[in-house]
Amino acid sequence: MLSSAQNNVNNTNLMTKYRQDFAIIAGWVSFGSKVLDLGCGDGSLLQFLRSGLETKGYGVEKDDANWLACLQNGTNVIQMDLEAGLSGFEDQSFDTVILSQTLQAMHNTEAIVQEMLRVGREIIVTFPNFGYWRNRIQITRGNMPVSKSLPYEWFNTPNVHLCTIHDFDQFCKNHNISILERKVITDAQEISFMPNLFGNLAMYRLKSQ
Amino acid sequence: MTEINSIGIVKANTAYFDSPLTLKSGEVLPQFHLVYETYGTLNADKSNAVIICHALSGNHHVAGKYAETDKNAGWWDNLIGPNKPLDTNKFFVIGLNNLGGCHGSSGPSSINPETKVPFGARFPIVTVEDWVDSQARLLSYLGISQLAAVVGGSLGGMQALQWTIAYPDLVRHALVIASAPNLTAQNIAFNEVARQAIMTDPEFHAGDYYAYNTVPRRGLRIARMLGHITYLSDDAMGEKFGRKLKDTIKYGFDVEFEMESYLRYQGDKFAGEFDANTYLRMTRALDYYDPALEFDNDLSAALKVAKAQFLVVSFTSDWRFSPARSREIVKALLDNELTVSYAEVTAAHGHDAFLMPDAHYHAILRSYLQKIEV
Repeated sequence: MLSSAQNNVNNTNLMTKYRQDFAIIAGWVSFGSKVLDLGCGDGSLLQFLRSGLETKGYGVEKDDANWLACLQNGTNVIQMDLEAGLSGFEDQSFDTVILSQTLQAMHNTEAIVQEMLRVGREIIVTFPNFGYWRNRIQITRGNMPVSKSLPYEWFNTPNVHLCTIHDFDQFCKNHNISILERKVITDAQEISFMPNLFGNLAMYRLKSQ
Repeated sequence: MTEINSIGIVKANTAYFDSPLTLKSGEVLPQFHLVYETYGTLNADKSNAVIICHALSGNHHVAGKYAETDKNAGWWDNLIGPNKPLDTNKFFVIGLNNLGGCHGSSGPSSINPETKVPFGARFPIVTVEDWVDSQARLLSYLGISQLAAVVGGSLGGMQALQWTIAYPDLVRHALVIASAPNLTAQNIAFNEVARQAIMTDPEFHAGDYYAYNTVPRRGLRIARMLGHITYLSDDAMGEKFGRKLKDTIKYGFDVEFEMESYLRYQGDKFAGEFDANTYLRMTRALDYYDPALEFDNDLSAALKVAKAQFLVVSFTSDWRFSPARSREIVKALLDNELTVSYAEVTAAHGHDAFLMPDAHYHAILRSYLQKIEV
Protein backbone atom coordinates (compact mmCIF):
# COMPACT_ATOMS: atom_id res chain seq x y z
CA MET A 1 0.00 0.00 0.00
CA LEU A 2 2.66 2.48 1.09
CA SER A 3 5.15 1.29 -1.53
CA SER A 4 2.64 1.71 -4.35
CA ALA A 5 1.92 5.24 -3.16
CA GLN A 6 5.67 5.83 -3.10
CA ASN A 7 5.97 4.52 -6.66
CA ASN A 8 3.32 6.93 -7.86
CA VAL A 9 5.19 9.81 -6.32
CA ASN A 10 8.47 8.68 -7.89
CA ASN A 11 6.84 8.31 -11.28
CA THR A 12 5.40 11.78 -11.01
CA ASN A 13 8.80 13.18 -10.10
CA LEU A 14 10.28 11.42 -13.09
CA MET A 15 7.60 12.84 -15.36
CA THR A 16 7.95 16.38 -14.10
CA LYS A 17 11.61 16.35 -15.12
CA TYR A 18 10.42 16.25 -18.70
CA ARG A 19 7.83 18.98 -18.27
CA GLN A 20 8.86 21.66 -20.72
CA ASP A 21 6.45 24.30 -19.59
CA PHE A 22 7.70 25.37 -16.16
CA ALA A 23 10.10 28.06 -17.36
CA ILE A 24 7.50 29.63 -19.67
CA ILE A 25 4.87 29.60 -16.92
CA ALA A 26 7.40 31.23 -14.57
CA GLY A 27 7.81 33.97 -17.16
CA TRP A 28 4.07 34.65 -16.99
CA VAL A 29 3.84 34.79 -13.19
CA SER A 30 4.80 37.94 -11.29
CA PHE A 31 7.22 38.01 -8.39
CA GLY A 32 5.45 37.53 -5.05
CA SER A 33 2.07 36.95 -6.66
CA LYS A 34 -0.72 34.65 -5.49
CA VAL A 35 -1.05 31.49 -7.55
CA LEU A 36 -3.56 28.65 -7.65
CA ASP A 37 -2.39 25.50 -9.45
CA LEU A 38 -5.24 23.18 -10.39
CA GLY A 39 -4.33 19.52 -10.67
CA CYS A 40 -0.98 20.37 -9.14
CA GLY A 41 0.35 16.79 -9.04
CA ASP A 42 3.21 16.51 -6.57
CA GLY A 43 3.47 20.28 -6.30
CA SER A 44 6.63 20.57 -8.48
CA LEU A 45 5.41 23.62 -10.40
CA LEU A 46 4.40 25.48 -7.25
CA GLN A 47 7.75 24.60 -5.66
CA PHE A 48 9.50 25.88 -8.79
CA LEU A 49 7.53 29.13 -8.69
CA ARG A 50 7.99 29.50 -4.94
CA SER A 51 11.75 29.09 -5.08
CA GLY A 52 12.26 31.45 -8.01
CA LEU A 53 9.49 34.01 -7.64
CA GLU A 54 8.50 33.79 -3.99
CA THR A 55 4.92 33.20 -5.01
CA LYS A 56 2.34 32.19 -2.44
CA GLY A 57 -0.79 30.18 -2.96
CA TYR A 58 -2.23 26.73 -3.10
CA GLY A 59 -2.39 23.60 -5.15
CA VAL A 60 -5.52 21.60 -5.81
CA GLU A 61 -5.06 17.85 -6.16
CA LYS A 62 -7.43 14.89 -6.03
CA ASP A 63 -5.00 11.98 -5.91
CA ASP A 64 -4.00 10.80 -2.40
CA ALA A 65 -0.35 10.01 -3.21
CA ASN A 66 0.19 13.31 -5.02
CA TRP A 67 -1.61 15.17 -2.25
CA LEU A 68 0.72 13.64 0.34
CA ALA A 69 3.78 14.46 -1.77
CA CYS A 70 2.65 18.11 -1.81
CA LEU A 71 2.23 18.16 1.96
CA GLN A 72 5.67 16.64 2.38
CA ASN A 73 7.39 19.25 0.20
CA GLY A 74 5.66 22.13 1.93
CA THR A 75 3.05 22.94 -0.70
CA ASN A 76 -0.34 24.06 0.60
CA VAL A 77 -2.70 21.61 -1.01
CA ILE A 78 -6.47 21.35 -1.09
CA GLN A 79 -7.92 17.94 -1.89
CA MET A 80 -10.92 18.33 -4.16
CA ASP A 81 -12.31 17.33 -7.51
CA LEU A 82 -11.99 20.06 -10.13
CA GLU A 83 -15.04 18.68 -11.92
CA ALA A 84 -17.13 20.17 -9.08
CA GLY A 85 -15.85 23.66 -9.82
CA LEU A 86 -14.00 26.10 -7.59
CA SER A 87 -16.78 27.06 -5.21
CA GLY A 88 -14.31 27.26 -2.33
CA PHE A 89 -12.51 30.17 -3.96
CA GLU A 90 -13.67 33.79 -4.12
CA ASP A 91 -13.96 35.83 -7.31
CA GLN A 92 -10.70 37.38 -8.50
CA SER A 93 -8.87 36.16 -5.38
CA PHE A 94 -5.73 34.97 -7.23
CA ASP A 95 -3.30 36.75 -9.53
CA THR A 96 -2.89 33.63 -11.63
CA VAL A 97 -4.78 30.36 -11.83
CA ILE A 98 -2.95 27.58 -13.65
CA LEU A 99 -4.28 24.44 -15.34
CA SER A 100 -1.19 22.71 -16.61
CA GLN A 101 -1.73 19.72 -18.93
CA THR A 102 -4.99 18.83 -17.24
CA LEU A 103 -7.57 20.49 -19.52
CA GLN A 104 -7.69 17.47 -21.81
CA ALA A 105 -8.64 15.20 -18.90
CA MET A 106 -11.51 17.37 -17.69
CA HIS A 107 -15.13 16.41 -18.32
CA ASN A 108 -16.52 19.87 -17.56
CA THR A 109 -14.08 21.70 -19.79
CA GLU A 110 -16.09 24.86 -20.35
CA ALA A 111 -17.05 25.07 -16.67
CA ILE A 112 -13.49 24.82 -15.37
CA VAL A 113 -12.20 27.50 -17.73
CA GLN A 114 -15.04 29.82 -16.70
CA GLU A 115 -14.34 29.07 -13.05
CA MET A 116 -10.65 29.82 -13.52
CA LEU A 117 -11.51 33.16 -15.10
CA ARG A 118 -13.82 33.91 -12.20
CA VAL A 119 -11.20 33.15 -9.53
CA GLY A 120 -8.05 34.42 -11.29
CA ARG A 121 -7.22 37.82 -12.73
CA GLU A 122 -5.25 35.89 -15.34
CA ILE A 123 -5.18 32.21 -16.13
CA ILE A 124 -2.65 29.91 -17.72
CA VAL A 125 -3.83 26.85 -19.62
CA THR A 126 -1.49 24.33 -21.21
CA PHE A 127 -2.38 21.16 -23.13
CA PRO A 128 -0.88 18.67 -25.57
CA ASN A 129 -1.66 19.80 -29.13
CA PHE A 130 -3.59 17.02 -30.84
CA GLY A 131 -2.78 18.67 -34.19
CA TYR A 132 0.95 17.90 -33.78
CA TRP A 133 2.24 16.20 -36.94
CA ARG A 134 3.31 13.00 -35.17
CA ASN A 135 -0.25 12.59 -33.91
CA ARG A 136 -1.61 13.26 -37.38
CA ILE A 137 0.67 10.59 -38.89
CA GLN A 138 -0.50 7.98 -36.41
CA ILE A 139 -4.11 8.87 -37.22
CA THR A 140 -3.50 8.59 -40.98
CA ARG A 141 -1.98 5.16 -40.30
CA GLY A 142 -5.27 4.34 -38.66
CA ASN A 143 -4.24 4.40 -34.98
CA MET A 144 -4.97 6.61 -32.00
CA PRO A 145 -1.76 8.53 -31.23
CA VAL A 146 0.50 7.33 -28.46
CA SER A 147 3.51 9.52 -27.68
CA LYS A 148 5.55 11.07 -24.91
CA SER A 149 2.95 13.79 -24.44
CA LEU A 150 0.01 11.39 -24.94
CA PRO A 151 1.40 8.33 -23.20
CA TYR A 152 -1.83 6.32 -23.03
CA GLU A 153 -3.63 3.73 -25.10
CA TRP A 154 -7.14 4.62 -26.26
CA PHE A 155 -8.66 2.26 -23.70
CA ASN A 156 -6.88 3.57 -20.63
CA THR A 157 -6.41 7.25 -21.36
CA PRO A 158 -7.70 9.80 -18.87
CA ASN A 159 -7.82 12.28 -21.74
CA VAL A 160 -11.42 12.85 -22.81
CA HIS A 161 -11.26 16.30 -24.42
CA LEU A 162 -8.22 16.47 -26.63
CA CYS A 163 -8.07 19.46 -28.95
CA THR A 164 -5.81 21.26 -31.40
CA ILE A 165 -4.43 24.78 -31.17
CA HIS A 166 -6.96 25.87 -33.79
CA ASP A 167 -9.75 24.37 -31.73
CA PHE A 168 -8.66 26.17 -28.59
CA ASP A 169 -8.21 29.51 -30.37
CA GLN A 170 -11.79 29.13 -31.58
CA PHE A 171 -12.93 28.14 -28.08
CA CYS A 172 -11.46 31.36 -26.65
CA LYS A 173 -13.10 33.45 -29.36
CA ASN A 174 -16.49 31.83 -28.79
CA HIS A 175 -16.23 32.28 -25.01
CA ASN A 176 -15.04 35.91 -25.08
CA ILE A 177 -11.65 35.05 -23.66
CA SER A 178 -8.70 37.28 -24.53
CA ILE A 179 -5.49 35.51 -25.48
CA LEU A 180 -2.78 37.65 -23.86
CA GLU A 181 0.00 35.36 -24.99
CA ARG A 182 0.37 32.00 -26.68
CA LYS A 183 3.50 29.90 -26.84
CA VAL A 184 3.87 26.59 -28.57
CA ILE A 185 6.79 24.31 -27.88
CA THR A 186 8.23 21.04 -29.05
CA ASP A 187 11.12 19.46 -27.12
CA ALA A 188 11.73 22.74 -25.26
CA GLN A 189 12.00 24.64 -28.59
CA GLU A 190 9.56 27.43 -29.25
CA ILE A 191 7.64 26.88 -32.50
CA SER A 192 6.46 29.88 -34.48
CA PHE A 193 6.13 28.33 -37.97
CA MET A 194 2.86 26.43 -38.38
CA PRO A 195 2.47 25.82 -34.64
CA ASN A 196 -0.65 23.71 -35.00
CA LEU A 197 1.35 21.26 -37.09
CA PHE A 198 4.77 21.45 -35.48
CA GLY A 199 3.89 22.29 -31.90
CA ASN A 200 3.62 19.57 -29.30
CA LEU A 201 2.60 21.57 -26.24
CA ALA A 202 0.29 24.60 -26.35
CA MET A 203 0.48 27.25 -23.62
CA TYR A 204 -1.92 30.13 -23.23
CA ARG A 205 -2.07 33.16 -20.95
CA LEU A 206 -5.69 34.29 -20.87
CA LYS A 207 -8.12 36.68 -19.25
CA SER A 208 -11.80 37.55 -19.52
CA GLN A 209 -12.71 40.10 -22.17
CA MET B 1 3.66 -6.81 27.63
CA THR B 2 3.79 -3.18 26.58
CA GLU B 3 3.01 -2.59 22.94
CA ILE B 4 5.88 -1.39 20.73
CA ASN B 5 5.98 2.42 20.48
CA SER B 6 3.62 2.78 23.40
CA ILE B 7 4.19 5.72 25.66
CA GLY B 8 3.96 3.13 28.44
CA ILE B 9 2.69 3.81 31.93
CA VAL B 10 1.23 7.26 32.48
CA LYS B 11 -0.38 9.07 35.36
CA ALA B 12 -2.91 11.86 35.67
CA ASN B 13 -2.22 15.19 37.37
CA THR B 14 -4.53 17.90 38.63
CA ALA B 15 -4.11 21.65 38.21
CA TYR B 16 -6.03 23.91 40.62
CA PHE B 17 -7.03 27.44 39.61
CA ASP B 18 -8.08 29.90 42.27
CA SER B 19 -8.81 32.97 40.15
CA PRO B 20 -12.37 33.15 38.82
CA LEU B 21 -13.24 32.14 35.28
CA THR B 22 -16.03 34.14 33.66
CA LEU B 23 -17.99 31.90 31.35
CA LYS B 24 -19.61 32.84 28.07
CA SER B 25 -23.01 32.60 29.75
CA GLY B 26 -21.96 35.31 32.19
CA GLU B 27 -21.76 32.90 35.10
CA VAL B 28 -18.54 32.85 37.05
CA LEU B 29 -16.65 29.81 38.31
CA PRO B 30 -14.81 31.19 41.37
CA GLN B 31 -12.34 28.32 41.25
CA PHE B 32 -11.90 25.14 39.26
CA HIS B 33 -9.52 22.30 38.61
CA LEU B 34 -8.49 20.40 35.50
CA VAL B 35 -7.15 16.88 35.37
CA TYR B 36 -4.51 16.32 32.71
CA GLU B 37 -1.79 14.00 31.46
CA THR B 38 1.42 14.75 29.60
CA TYR B 39 3.52 12.57 27.30
CA GLY B 40 7.06 13.26 26.16
CA THR B 41 9.33 16.00 27.48
CA LEU B 42 8.94 19.76 27.29
CA ASN B 43 12.06 21.03 25.52
CA ALA B 44 14.31 23.80 26.85
CA ASP B 45 12.68 26.65 24.94
CA LYS B 46 9.21 25.17 25.49
CA SER B 47 8.42 25.16 21.80
CA ASN B 48 7.24 21.56 21.42
CA ALA B 49 3.92 21.55 23.30
CA VAL B 50 0.84 20.05 21.66
CA ILE B 51 -2.58 20.07 23.26
CA ILE B 52 -5.15 17.40 22.44
CA CYS B 53 -8.76 18.59 22.66
CA HIS B 54 -11.21 15.80 23.29
CA ALA B 55 -14.61 15.21 21.76
CA LEU B 56 -17.99 14.45 23.33
CA SER B 57 -17.07 11.50 25.52
CA GLY B 58 -13.28 11.83 25.63
CA ASN B 59 -11.02 12.79 28.49
CA HIS B 60 -7.44 13.44 29.55
CA HIS B 61 -6.35 9.82 29.19
CA VAL B 62 -5.31 10.10 25.56
CA ALA B 63 -2.41 7.65 25.39
CA GLY B 64 -0.65 4.97 27.40
CA LYS B 65 -1.94 2.91 30.31
CA TYR B 66 -2.13 3.44 34.05
CA ALA B 67 -1.01 -0.13 34.67
CA GLU B 68 0.32 -2.94 32.50
CA THR B 69 -2.85 -4.86 33.31
CA ASP B 70 -5.17 -2.15 31.90
CA LYS B 71 -7.33 -3.65 29.19
CA ASN B 72 -7.37 -0.50 27.10
CA ALA B 73 -4.88 2.27 26.43
CA GLY B 74 -5.85 5.95 26.11
CA TRP B 75 -8.46 6.86 23.52
CA TRP B 76 -6.03 8.14 20.86
CA ASP B 77 -3.14 5.82 21.68
CA ASN B 78 -2.79 4.78 18.03
CA LEU B 79 -1.71 8.36 17.22
CA ILE B 80 0.51 9.28 20.14
CA GLY B 81 3.74 7.68 21.33
CA PRO B 82 7.41 7.29 20.45
CA ASN B 83 7.70 7.16 16.63
CA LYS B 84 3.95 7.30 16.22
CA PRO B 85 2.46 10.00 13.95
CA LEU B 86 2.37 12.40 16.91
CA ASP B 87 5.85 11.48 18.05
CA THR B 88 6.50 11.91 21.76
CA ASN B 89 10.25 11.85 21.07
CA LYS B 90 9.69 15.24 19.48
CA PHE B 91 6.59 16.69 21.09
CA PHE B 92 5.36 17.32 24.60
CA VAL B 93 1.72 16.28 24.42
CA ILE B 94 -0.95 17.47 26.83
CA GLY B 95 -4.31 15.79 27.24
CA LEU B 96 -6.92 17.18 29.59
CA ASN B 97 -10.46 16.59 30.72
CA ASN B 98 -12.58 19.56 29.81
CA LEU B 99 -14.45 21.68 32.30
CA GLY B 100 -17.83 20.12 33.00
CA GLY B 101 -16.37 16.68 32.40
CA CYS B 102 -16.75 13.62 34.57
CA HIS B 103 -13.22 12.24 34.67
CA GLY B 104 -11.73 14.42 37.38
CA SER B 105 -12.01 18.02 36.21
CA SER B 106 -14.54 20.38 37.79
CA GLY B 107 -17.95 19.28 36.60
CA PRO B 108 -21.49 18.49 37.65
CA SER B 109 -20.40 15.36 39.51
CA SER B 110 -17.59 17.06 41.43
CA ILE B 111 -18.10 18.51 44.89
CA ASN B 112 -19.16 22.13 45.09
CA PRO B 113 -16.75 23.59 47.67
CA GLU B 114 -19.48 25.95 48.87
CA THR B 115 -22.13 23.33 49.53
CA LYS B 116 -19.94 20.23 50.03
CA VAL B 117 -22.28 18.23 47.78
CA PRO B 118 -22.00 17.54 44.03
CA PHE B 119 -22.81 20.54 41.83
CA GLY B 120 -25.41 18.57 39.86
CA ALA B 121 -27.75 20.84 37.97
CA ARG B 122 -26.05 23.89 39.50
CA PHE B 123 -22.89 23.38 37.49
CA PRO B 124 -23.02 26.07 34.79
CA ILE B 125 -23.33 25.47 31.07
CA VAL B 126 -19.84 25.58 29.60
CA THR B 127 -19.02 26.35 25.97
CA VAL B 128 -16.22 25.63 23.54
CA GLU B 129 -14.98 29.15 24.20
CA ASP B 130 -14.91 28.49 27.96
CA TRP B 131 -12.98 25.27 27.42
CA VAL B 132 -10.36 27.02 25.36
CA ASP B 133 -10.06 29.77 27.97
CA SER B 134 -9.56 27.17 30.68
CA GLN B 135 -7.05 25.30 28.50
CA ALA B 136 -5.10 28.55 28.10
CA ARG B 137 -4.99 28.76 31.90
CA LEU B 138 -3.61 25.24 32.02
CA LEU B 139 -0.97 26.22 29.49
CA SER B 140 0.31 29.10 31.61
CA TYR B 141 0.14 26.86 34.68
CA LEU B 142 2.54 24.56 32.83
CA GLY B 143 4.75 27.54 31.97
CA ILE B 144 4.15 27.28 28.22
CA SER B 145 3.64 30.51 26.28
CA GLN B 146 2.97 29.06 22.82
CA LEU B 147 1.67 25.78 21.43
CA ALA B 148 3.46 24.05 18.58
CA ALA B 149 0.05 22.65 17.71
CA VAL B 150 -3.48 22.13 18.87
CA VAL B 151 -5.10 18.89 17.69
CA GLY B 152 -8.74 17.92 17.86
CA GLY B 153 -11.34 15.77 16.14
CA SER B 154 -15.08 16.45 16.04
CA LEU B 155 -15.96 18.64 19.04
CA GLY B 156 -12.19 18.68 19.66
CA GLY B 157 -11.73 20.20 16.21
CA MET B 158 -14.07 23.02 17.19
CA GLN B 159 -11.79 23.72 20.15
CA ALA B 160 -8.73 23.69 17.88
CA LEU B 161 -10.48 26.22 15.63
CA GLN B 162 -11.48 28.32 18.64
CA TRP B 163 -7.86 28.36 19.87
CA THR B 164 -6.80 30.09 16.66
CA ILE B 165 -9.54 32.71 17.09
CA ALA B 166 -9.25 33.37 20.82
CA TYR B 167 -5.47 33.05 21.16
CA PRO B 168 -4.01 33.66 17.70
CA ASP B 169 -0.51 34.31 19.04
CA LEU B 170 -0.48 31.18 21.18
CA VAL B 171 -1.00 28.62 18.40
CA ARG B 172 1.43 27.89 15.58
CA HIS B 173 -0.50 25.00 14.00
CA ALA B 174 -4.08 23.80 14.24
CA LEU B 175 -5.14 20.33 13.16
CA VAL B 176 -8.91 20.43 12.72
CA ILE B 177 -10.16 16.91 12.05
CA ALA B 178 -13.67 15.64 11.19
CA SER B 179 -15.10 18.88 12.47
CA ALA B 180 -17.41 21.74 11.49
CA PRO B 181 -17.72 25.48 12.07
CA ASN B 182 -21.08 24.84 13.76
CA LEU B 183 -23.65 22.07 14.01
CA THR B 184 -26.29 21.47 11.37
CA ALA B 185 -29.96 21.34 12.37
CA GLN B 186 -29.80 17.55 12.00
CA ASN B 187 -26.94 17.37 14.48
CA ILE B 188 -28.75 19.58 16.99
CA ALA B 189 -31.74 17.29 16.53
CA PHE B 190 -29.73 14.20 17.43
CA ASN B 191 -28.38 16.00 20.48
CA GLU B 192 -31.88 16.98 21.56
CA VAL B 193 -33.13 13.39 21.35
CA ALA B 194 -30.15 12.30 23.45
CA ARG B 195 -30.87 14.97 26.04
CA GLN B 196 -34.57 14.13 26.13
CA ALA B 197 -33.70 10.48 26.74
CA ILE B 198 -31.67 11.54 29.77
CA MET B 199 -33.96 14.25 31.14
CA THR B 200 -37.13 12.18 30.89
CA ASP B 201 -35.54 9.28 32.76
CA PRO B 202 -37.33 9.17 36.14
CA GLU B 203 -33.95 8.77 37.81
CA PHE B 204 -32.75 12.12 36.48
CA HIS B 205 -34.27 14.14 39.34
CA ALA B 206 -33.73 17.44 37.50
CA GLY B 207 -30.00 16.76 37.40
CA ASP B 208 -29.58 16.20 41.14
CA TYR B 209 -29.67 12.40 41.02
CA TYR B 210 -26.46 12.18 43.10
CA ALA B 211 -28.49 13.13 46.18
CA TYR B 212 -30.81 10.19 45.47
CA ASN B 213 -27.94 7.76 45.07
CA THR B 214 -29.01 6.89 41.59
CA VAL B 215 -28.15 7.68 37.96
CA PRO B 216 -30.39 8.05 34.88
CA ARG B 217 -28.91 4.92 33.37
CA ARG B 218 -31.70 4.21 30.91
CA GLY B 219 -31.57 7.69 29.46
CA LEU B 220 -27.82 7.80 29.18
CA ARG B 221 -27.81 4.36 27.60
CA ILE B 222 -30.30 5.37 24.91
CA ALA B 223 -28.41 8.63 24.30
CA ARG B 224 -25.23 6.67 23.72
CA MET B 225 -26.93 4.09 21.48
CA LEU B 226 -28.27 6.91 19.33
CA GLY B 227 -24.83 8.48 19.20
CA HIS B 228 -23.21 5.25 18.08
CA ILE B 229 -25.64 4.91 15.19
CA THR B 230 -24.61 8.33 13.92
CA TYR B 231 -20.87 7.80 14.33
CA LEU B 232 -20.89 4.90 11.88
CA SER B 233 -21.76 4.92 8.21
CA ASP B 234 -24.53 2.70 6.87
CA ASP B 235 -21.89 0.81 4.87
CA ALA B 236 -19.60 0.29 7.86
CA MET B 237 -22.53 -0.94 9.93
CA GLY B 238 -23.59 -3.26 7.12
CA GLU B 239 -20.10 -4.64 6.81
CA LYS B 240 -19.57 -5.08 10.54
CA PHE B 241 -22.99 -6.42 11.52
CA GLY B 242 -25.22 -6.73 8.49
CA ARG B 243 -28.31 -8.70 9.42
CA LYS B 244 -26.28 -11.20 11.39
CA LEU B 245 -28.19 -12.94 14.19
CA LYS B 246 -26.70 -14.03 17.48
CA ASP B 247 -28.62 -17.27 17.24
CA THR B 248 -31.97 -17.67 15.48
CA ILE B 249 -35.07 -15.54 15.23
CA LYS B 250 -37.00 -15.96 18.48
CA TYR B 251 -40.10 -13.88 17.79
CA GLY B 252 -39.48 -11.63 20.77
CA PHE B 253 -37.75 -8.42 21.75
CA ASP B 254 -34.56 -9.66 23.33
CA VAL B 255 -31.24 -9.14 21.58
CA GLU B 256 -31.44 -11.16 18.37
CA PHE B 257 -29.41 -9.16 15.84
CA GLU B 258 -25.69 -8.55 16.31
CA MET B 259 -26.41 -4.87 15.70
CA GLU B 260 -28.65 -4.75 18.76
CA SER B 261 -26.08 -6.58 20.81
CA TYR B 262 -23.41 -4.03 19.86
CA LEU B 263 -25.62 -1.04 20.68
CA ARG B 264 -26.76 -2.46 24.00
CA TYR B 265 -23.18 -3.31 24.94
CA GLN B 266 -21.96 0.18 24.07
CA GLY B 267 -24.93 1.78 25.84
CA ASP B 268 -24.49 -0.27 29.01
CA LYS B 269 -20.76 0.30 29.13
CA PHE B 270 -21.16 4.03 28.70
CA ALA B 271 -24.02 4.36 31.20
CA GLY B 272 -21.85 2.67 33.78
CA GLU B 273 -18.96 5.11 33.49
CA PHE B 274 -20.20 8.46 32.16
CA ASP B 275 -22.10 11.22 33.91
CA ALA B 276 -25.45 12.23 32.47
CA ASN B 277 -25.08 15.90 33.44
CA THR B 278 -21.76 15.99 31.63
CA TYR B 279 -23.36 14.44 28.56
CA LEU B 280 -26.02 17.16 28.57
CA ARG B 281 -23.38 19.88 28.81
CA MET B 282 -21.09 18.41 26.14
CA THR B 283 -23.95 18.21 23.64
CA ARG B 284 -25.00 21.75 24.50
CA ALA B 285 -21.45 23.02 23.93
CA LEU B 286 -21.63 21.39 20.51
CA ASP B 287 -24.98 23.02 19.75
CA TYR B 288 -23.88 26.49 20.81
CA TYR B 289 -20.52 26.71 19.07
CA ASP B 290 -20.80 29.09 16.14
CA PRO B 291 -17.91 31.52 15.84
CA ALA B 292 -19.44 33.16 12.74
CA LEU B 293 -22.59 34.19 14.61
CA GLU B 294 -21.18 37.47 15.91
CA PHE B 295 -19.92 38.25 12.40
CA ASP B 296 -23.24 38.11 10.53
CA ASN B 297 -22.61 34.42 9.90
CA ASP B 298 -19.43 35.28 8.03
CA LEU B 299 -16.92 32.61 9.07
CA SER B 300 -14.17 34.33 7.07
CA ALA B 301 -14.66 37.45 9.17
CA ALA B 302 -14.58 35.36 12.35
CA LEU B 303 -11.26 33.84 11.31
CA LYS B 304 -9.68 37.14 10.30
CA VAL B 305 -7.72 37.23 13.56
CA ALA B 306 -6.30 33.72 13.11
CA LYS B 307 -2.58 33.40 12.41
CA ALA B 308 -1.99 29.67 12.76
CA GLN B 309 -1.16 27.29 9.97
CA PHE B 310 -3.90 24.75 9.43
CA LEU B 311 -4.38 21.14 8.49
CA VAL B 312 -8.05 20.34 7.94
CA VAL B 313 -9.06 16.70 7.46
CA SER B 314 -12.45 15.17 6.72
CA PHE B 315 -13.66 11.66 5.91
CA THR B 316 -15.79 10.78 2.91
CA SER B 317 -18.31 8.62 4.79
CA ASP B 318 -18.70 10.97 7.76
CA TRP B 319 -22.26 12.22 7.59
CA ARG B 320 -22.35 13.83 11.03
CA PHE B 321 -19.41 16.14 10.29
CA SER B 322 -19.42 15.86 6.53
CA PRO B 323 -16.58 16.94 4.22
CA ALA B 324 -18.78 19.85 3.08
CA ARG B 325 -18.60 21.29 6.61
CA SER B 326 -14.81 21.03 6.67
CA ARG B 327 -14.72 22.74 3.28
CA GLU B 328 -16.54 25.70 4.87
CA ILE B 329 -13.66 26.04 7.31
CA VAL B 330 -11.14 25.70 4.48
CA LYS B 331 -12.90 28.39 2.46
CA ALA B 332 -12.77 30.82 5.38
CA LEU B 333 -9.05 30.10 5.81
CA LEU B 334 -8.43 30.58 2.08
CA ASP B 335 -10.34 33.86 2.17
CA ASN B 336 -7.90 35.03 4.82
CA GLU B 337 -4.92 33.78 2.79
CA LEU B 338 -3.83 31.57 5.67
CA THR B 339 -1.52 28.62 5.26
CA VAL B 340 -3.80 25.60 4.95
CA SER B 341 -3.85 22.11 3.53
CA TYR B 342 -7.04 20.10 3.31
CA ALA B 343 -7.40 16.33 2.95
CA GLU B 344 -10.58 14.46 2.24
CA VAL B 345 -9.75 10.94 3.35
CA THR B 346 -11.56 8.07 1.67
CA ALA B 347 -12.79 6.04 4.62
CA ALA B 348 -15.73 3.72 5.25
CA HIS B 349 -16.04 4.20 9.01
CA GLY B 350 -18.13 7.36 9.16
CA HIS B 351 -17.41 9.89 11.88
CA ASP B 352 -15.51 7.27 13.88
CA ALA B 353 -12.85 7.23 11.14
CA PHE B 354 -10.93 10.02 12.85
CA LEU B 355 -10.01 7.64 15.65
CA MET B 356 -9.01 4.76 13.35
CA PRO B 357 -5.41 4.03 12.38
CA ASP B 358 -6.03 4.23 8.61
CA ALA B 359 -2.63 4.16 6.85
CA HIS B 360 -3.19 7.17 4.58
CA TYR B 361 -4.81 9.24 7.34
CA HIS B 362 -1.94 8.55 9.69
CA ALA B 363 0.58 9.28 6.92
CA ILE B 364 -1.06 12.70 6.54
CA LEU B 365 -0.83 13.47 10.25
CA ARG B 366 2.71 12.09 10.49
CA SER B 367 3.89 14.13 7.49
CA TYR B 368 2.29 17.32 8.74
CA LEU B 369 3.58 16.95 12.30
CA GLN B 370 7.08 16.04 11.09
CA LYS B 371 7.35 19.41 9.35
CA ILE B 372 6.51 21.41 12.45
CA GLU B 373 9.67 23.04 13.78
CA VAL B 374 10.30 22.80 17.51
